[in-house]
Amino acid sequence: MSRKIIGREKRYVEVDVRFEPDGHLRPLAIRFGPEQVYEIDKIKDVSRRAAEVGGVGDRYACVIHGQETNLWMEKGRWFVEAKLVAKA
Amino acid sequence: MSGRHILHVDANSFYSSVEMQENPTLRGKRIAVCGSKEDRHGIVLTASYPAKRMGVKTGMAIWEAQRCCRDLIIVPPHYREYMRYSGYMREILQDYTDQVEAFGLDESWADVSGSVGLFGSAMTIAREISERVKRELGITVSIGVSDNKVTAKLGSDYKKPDAITRIEADNYKEIVYPLPVQDLLYVGHATQHKLNYYGIRTIGQLAQTNPETLHGWFGKVGYSLSAFARGLDASPVAKQDHVAAVKSVGNSGTTPRDLVNNEDVWLMLLVMAESVAMRMRELNMKCTVVEVSVRDSDLNGFVRQRKIETPTSSSLEIAQVAFDLFKSNYRWGKPLRGVGVRGASLVPADTPVQLGFFCNAEKREKLERLDKAVDGVRERYGYTSVQRARIYTDRGLGAINPKDDHTVHPVGFFNAG
Repeated sequence: MSRKIIGREKRYVEVDVRFEPDGHLRPLAIRFGPEQVYEIDKIKDVSRRAAEVGGVGDRYACVIHGQETNLWMEKGRWFVEAKLVAKA
Repeated sequence: MSGRHILHVDANSFYSSVEMQENPTLRGKRIAVCGSKEDRHGIVLTASYPAKRMGVKTGMAIWEAQRCCRDLIIVPPHYREYMRYSGYMREILQDYTDQVEAFGLDESWADVSGSVGLFGSAMTIAREISERVKRELGITVSIGVSDNKVTAKLGSDYKKPDAITRIEADNYKEIVYPLPVQDLLYVGHATQHKLNYYGIRTIGQLAQTNPETLHGWFGKVGYSLSAFARGLDASPVAKQDHVAAVKSVGNSGTTPRDLVNNEDVWLMLLVMAESVAMRMRELNMKCTVVEVSVRDSDLNGFVRQRKIETPTSSSLEIAQVAFDLFKSNYRWGKPLRGVGVRGASLVPADTPVQLGFFCNAEKREKLERLDKAVDGVRERYGYTSVQRARIYTDRGLGAINPKDDHTVHPVGFFNAG
């Protein structure tokens, strides 16, 4: 079964976060569902960015299993650019 | 003042660009951000570029805009978002200088004279700002680069969207002189008509007119106009922590329905005067000039003001003066769409007062105490907890809360300092 990415959408997600003593946030894991928990190995960069899927906020460039994924914090909520796939 | 490096940064179609960044399905579409129809602010606040190309303009009524562009998407405004984006834009500018002066939500001047050694030329800084706004906010800006504020603004208006225009001594005449005179900051409708009447249509013609002649036509403003047209403007860009001294407190608005007689106007003036007086008392100020403004159903209007004998912050007194002014200036040719009240020439509330022979000082003091008591109750229990009985005679008109619904509009160029 081939899965083709046809676009992306803004999806709010549950995130485990640690508060650092200096007030910074360190997202630890993204939870898409009870079976889908992705641990964040490393944060490469945090900066304000406009999201293609809409919105503006602090973008955390995360490394998950060697892959780079963007996680946004906007007005107190976390979101990702979720893939929209067409099932063939 | 030569040697300064001033940028004027203007966000293109700001409201609609923010709407598009917040909701990407709107990108590239013909959209117009419009005030709500119910409250009768049903006009276009900002149109996207594709809508502008169809002839949709700011200030058009919704039906008018839809006639130009059948598939126009009407979007209600989200001021909180605009303020958020505007704040982010300001933060970007503040990375380059502490002299950032806002002109409304979507425009700012930045004096980067002190930063060119650190970040590169003014053009380099302008390019960097433009890139950062795009990357960080997803919207575009037009930037004017010059050695003064007025010319920098001409620059940002010159080419849109997403452009940078440098106007300095070497190319000033070439770019600015052919522009119509109304493009110049501070040339409004009235000034434009007057200048056109004297045969002055371009900024170049204005620049070449003898300043003394302009002084004869316009008074001292004539000298400023002449200087601005020649690219000479020494006004500084205000520091970010600079808070403009309050020079007047005013309130105006479109009413939920047309005003058709003096009673309607009296009610609205009372509602407006209450909020104006309350804000004045919060500032611990009193006014010595009361101004009334009206706008009829064709959006024509006038402003009249009167100096009053004794400084006041009493809502009743302000409303009475405004109503007097109104009655002696309006003949009810047309119903009214909105009225406004303003208290100007403010003085500190504790300024000593010369009592007159014929004014009842005791009664005034009583009224002031009454106002203070009402302020106290409202502060604790909300604005609508105490109301004048008259407001209940017309719930529709009386229901607006001008104090909290009040939006702050950009102050005039000359009032900012």
